[in-house]
Amino acid sequence: MSEINAEQVAHLANLARIALTEEEIEHLTAELGQIMQAVEKVSEVATPDVPPTSHPIPMQNVFRDDVVGDILTVEQALSGAPESDGSRFVVSAILGEEQ
Amino acid sequence: MSEHLIRLTAAQLGERLASGDVSSVEATRAHLDRIAAVDGAVHAFLHVDGERALDTAADIDRRRAAGEELGPLAGVPIAIKDVLVTEGMPSTAGSRILEGWVPPYDATPVRRVREAGMVVLGKTNMDEFAMGSSTEHSAYGPTYNPWDLERIPGGSGGGSAASVAAFEAPVALGSDTGGSIRQPAHVTGTVGVKPTYGAVSRYGSIALASSLDQVGPVTRTVLDAALLQDVIAGHDPRDSTSIPEAWPSMADAVRRADVAGLRIGVVKELDSDGFQSGVRSRFHEALELLERGGAEIVEVSAPHFEYSIAAYYLILPAEASSNLAKFDSVRFGLRVTPEGGGTVEQVMGATREAGFGPEVKRRIILGTYALSAGYYDAYYGSAQKVRTLVQRDFDAAFAKVDVLATPTAPTTAFKLGEKLDDPLAMYLNDIATIPANLAGVPGISVPAGLAPEDGLPVGIQFLAPAREDARLYNVGGALERLLVEQWGGPLLDRAPDLSSHEMAAAEEGVV
Repeated sequence: MSEINAEQVAHLANLARIALTEEEIEHLTAELGQIMQAVEKVSEVATPDVPPTSHPIPMQNVFRDDVVGDILTVEQALSGAPESDGSRFVVSAILGEEQ
Repeated sequence: MSEHLIRLTAAQLGERLASGDVSSVEATRAHLDRIAAVDGAVHAFLHVDGERALDTAADIDRRRAAGEELGPLAGVPIAIKDVLVTEGMPSTAGSRILEGWVPPYDATPVRRVREAGMVVLGKTNMDEFAMGSSTEHSAYGPTYNPWDLERIPGGSGGGSAASVAAFEAPVALGSDTGGSIRQPAHVTGTVGVKPTYGAVSRYGSIALASSLDQVGPVTRTVLDAALLQDVIAGHDPRDSTSIPEAWPSMADAVRRADVAGLRIGVVKELDSDGFQSGVRSRFHEALELLERGGAEIVEVSAPHFEYSIAAYYLILPAEASSNLAKFDSVRFGLRVTPEGGGTVEQVMGATREAGFGPEVKRRIILGTYALSAGYYDAYYGSAQKVRTLVQRDFDAAFAKVDVLATPTAPTTAFKLGEKLDDPLAMYLNDIATIPANLAGVPGISVPAGLAPEDGLPVGIQFLAPAREDARLYNVGGALERLLVEQWGGPLLDRAPDLSSHEMAAAEEGVV
């Protein structure tokens, strides 16, 4: 399969919203290359005739009545937030200046 | 008195409490004293709440005195892995990103231990978000193995295992995604059980890989693990993967343990040169003992187990990268604003850069890659196929035998720092434990002795078909009885005395 380069790692870091340093990107590029080489072993036996398993114990859809249960109060839900206005989470600007 | 109380098993302590011989306040105080004395050296705990523990204990004592009917573990102290959220008590999962977060609710297993009258002492150390096999990836520093303080206590649940091995708590809760309960049990001479996937609710367990995670008991004896599983297992409507059917008593399975006629399969692929000699010799001695007890030992093959680690390190990072997206600086935990401010996305990026450690970043990036367009089928899709093949191996094996046996991990406890710079070598620790998580089947690690070459503990693992957890308690309980009889006492009686650290702490005025 494919080689991983630093540009790809920087792109992945952006997708994952982690502002990696140049040094971290360099280090991870080498490590991910080795790890991917090791895990590519799965392709040796993952032939088209084998169905995938997503979940270890087969289960049917689980339903419940559509009624409000025992839920957190607004105060509890906001208790761990870095910033709130008493009824909502407060975040910084969604759009940058150039947008 | 206090030294005596900490050496009781949870079952024994429960009986003493029920008879009125000992109060829960006395038992709790004895464990808090022990923590104060030795945890400076062991560092099993991230948080201890002595005051609340003593209040809970006093309440149980009052209820007992008033004649209330209480369960077998009422008044018994317990330590909780920091991956489980606890109302009013910090829960970090070993990460800086959750430093200081105090959850507004209890995880279901925590709620159940509280309802059983157990006394929560505090939260135990772990690899950050349960990613690791040594606790060295904790943002708050490693835990040290009570058998040798220069060695790892296993991971990710090294704190829970070390807390029971060091007699700081009679029992603890752990979580096992690829071996995080069983491998620490192996290297600390303790008992660890990963129940069937879905046996214990995952509600309030900070998710690593949702299709693999399972909460379970960490104890010094098989009976204690059974009593604890009886408390925490059972259907929970808050977890859609929770198994609805009722469970038989695991404690009864231990009390009736008998291996006569039991067919035990030895997985030949996990009985190889890749395992340390002392790990293998203790494994085979344990099997011989079981054979003398009437069990039949059969060799079985699981040809796809060797692909388990590769599949695991695709499935786990993929699910983790998705689960850890919730740490976005908005609803809980850390927020880091870049110099001069920034958009919400830049704040997220800076927060996650500062809040996550290297192993977490490595796995998030790996998972993001494995799930990205164009690679999904080749990586995640193929790993899911391996999962099917591993399940088929289990099905074929369990058609011939009742339980499977393997060494729990390839080596005894290695030195701190030894594998920290080599992620692939670290991942190999879980070679024998991962297949159970991929297939959802239950597993137990029971002490099998000390490796002759280094004097360090070795565990033996048993695996059973899904929903047949009771078989593990049967074979584990039977082996433990035979071994303890042979040894003339529990393995942990041979662990080094940590009282020199106690004395050092006393001299420094800590105690």
